[in-house]
Parts: sequence; structure tokens; C-alpha cells
Amino acid sequence: MKAKIYLTYKEGILDPEGNAVKRALKSIGFNSVDTVQFGKYIEMTFTGVSKEEAEKLTDEACRKLLANPNTQSYRFEVAEQ
Amino acid sequence: MRVAVIVFPGSNCDHDAYYVIKQVLGVSVDFIWHTENDLSKYAAIILPGGFSYGDYLRAGAIARFSPVMDAIIQSAKKGKTIIGICNGFQILVESGLLPGALITNQGIKFLSRDVMVKVESNSSIFTRKYSKGDVLRIPIAHKQGNYVASPKILKKLEDNNQIVFTYHPENEDGNPNGSVQSIAGIINEKGNVLGMMPHPERAAESILGSSDGVKIFESMLGIS
Repeated sequence: MKAKIYLTYKEGILDPEGNAVKRALKSIGFNSVDTVQFGKYIEMTFTGVSKEEAEKLTDEACRKLLANPNTQSYRFEVAEQ
Repeated sequence: MRVAVIVFPGSNCDHDAYYVIKQVLGVSVDFIWHTENDLSKYAAIILPGGFSYGDYLRAGAIARFSPVMDAIIQSAKKGKTIIGICNGFQILVESGLLPGALITNQGIKFLSRDVMVKVESNSSIFTRKYSKGDVLRIPIAHKQGNYVASPKILKKLEDNNQIVFTYHPENEDGNPNGSVQSIAGIINEKGNVLGMMPHPERAAESILGSSDGVKIFESMLGIS
């Protein structure tokens, strides 16, 4: 099983990297860009667990370590490798 | 009285903190490796600056699961004096001992320079040797020092006098990292845990440019 995890800043949290890249994009002519949001992408693989178990473990890992609940939200997909 | 300086893999201000406690203040101090689990003989605990676990994932996020953190959380509950400086502050927020979070500086750059820090409250055990409104020259050295917190948390911090240090407007760029309300340091509700981004251990002797930070250690250790 493989989990693909996406971490992004929560709404209302200023994203300094995203803002800087947005300014850079605009400076080279991408004027129609409204927002740039940076995040993190994490892959985890599991052996010997069902899809449901892998989802449960991934959710727990996000809550306990991977995401900071104060500033980040997360979503993930779990599928057979 | 003994002081513990916690050493995580990647701590790099541990020797500075040790030096200030031992050589500047003449107080007994030990380095405590992060795998230790007994801090019962220490009156005060310092979580020094650095890059614990390479700042991987988020600054402080992995250090929070070091074995010594259980002892630190228990010590905090018992009311022991704990100070987290820079990466130590990041570890304290990640572990939930202090509210809020520290994210990347507004200008994205790593900032390493002296700033002017204002004492917002001298009623804490960490600032009792200062006067309210004192302005201290203390260096910062961080990339993730931009303090964020929900309006609810901020209100609580204000109502309980938990904001002890702010970046003073006399900084050349005011608020160097974009922290909400220019927050540079906060204490927990009980008042025995302080987290701050500036490095008072680097401003403890005038030969190094400033001794403005030494009173934090004197205050917390009850040295007159």
C-alpha cells in the first residue's frame, strides 16, 4: 500500500514562500496568477496492512507528527502500489 | 541548584548556554543528552538553539518525540523553570508546552543580526530583573521565527500577560520576521515556561557586544 500525503497551510496563515514565488511569477509576466500556495508532499509505503488500516495509520501519522494542526491541513490518498 | 542544558542531535547553542550558566553566573550545569529520561535533580531546564534533527519536516517537530521530552513535559507540569531559545522555542510549541506555531520568516531569509527586544511584562519569573518597557539588544538567528496563533490564543496570551518580549519598532525593519503582534517571546499560562526566538545567551557579556540578555538567566535562577 502507498499513501500520498499533501500538506498545505491552513486558510488565514500567510505562506511566505508562496507569496515570494507569486511575486516572482508576476515579475516575469505571469500576470494572471492570483495565488501560489506552497505545501509538502510525502509518500509512505506499507506492507502487510489492508487499505483501511493504511488509511487509519496515515491519518494518525498526520495528526501526531506530519502536520502541525495549528498551521497546516492535510489530505491523503491510499492505493495499491 | 543545578541547571540542565538539553542536547538534541543538531543543537548548536548548547555550549553557549552552558558557558553562561557556569562561567558568567557561576551556577552548576550539566549537558543532558536527548535520550535521558530523568531531570528530577535539576531546578531549571534550558532547551538551546540549533537545528535539531536538521529541522526536517518542521523545526522542532521531530525533537518533540525525543525520550527527554516526557521528562520535560512532566517538569513543566510540576512548575519547574524551563526556557526554550530559538530552536528550543520551536520544540516547545511543537510539543504543546506553548501555544501557537513558528513558521518561515515573512521575508523567507535566514536572519542573523542584533535586534531590539522590548520587555512587555516584568511580572514573569524570567523578566523580574527588568523594568517593563526596557529595550534589550539581543541577536536573532533563525529562518522559522514567524510566530502565528489564532485570534483566540492571542487574546488569551494578552489577557494573561503571557507576551513577555516583542520586537521593538526601533529595529531597522521593525518586526524582522513577520510575527503576529511582533511577538518575540511568550510564557505558558502557569508562567514557568518561556519560549523566545532571540538568543539571550549570546548577549550575556559586554565583551560580546551586549549583556542585555543575562538578566533573563539571573531572573529565572533567582540570582540577585
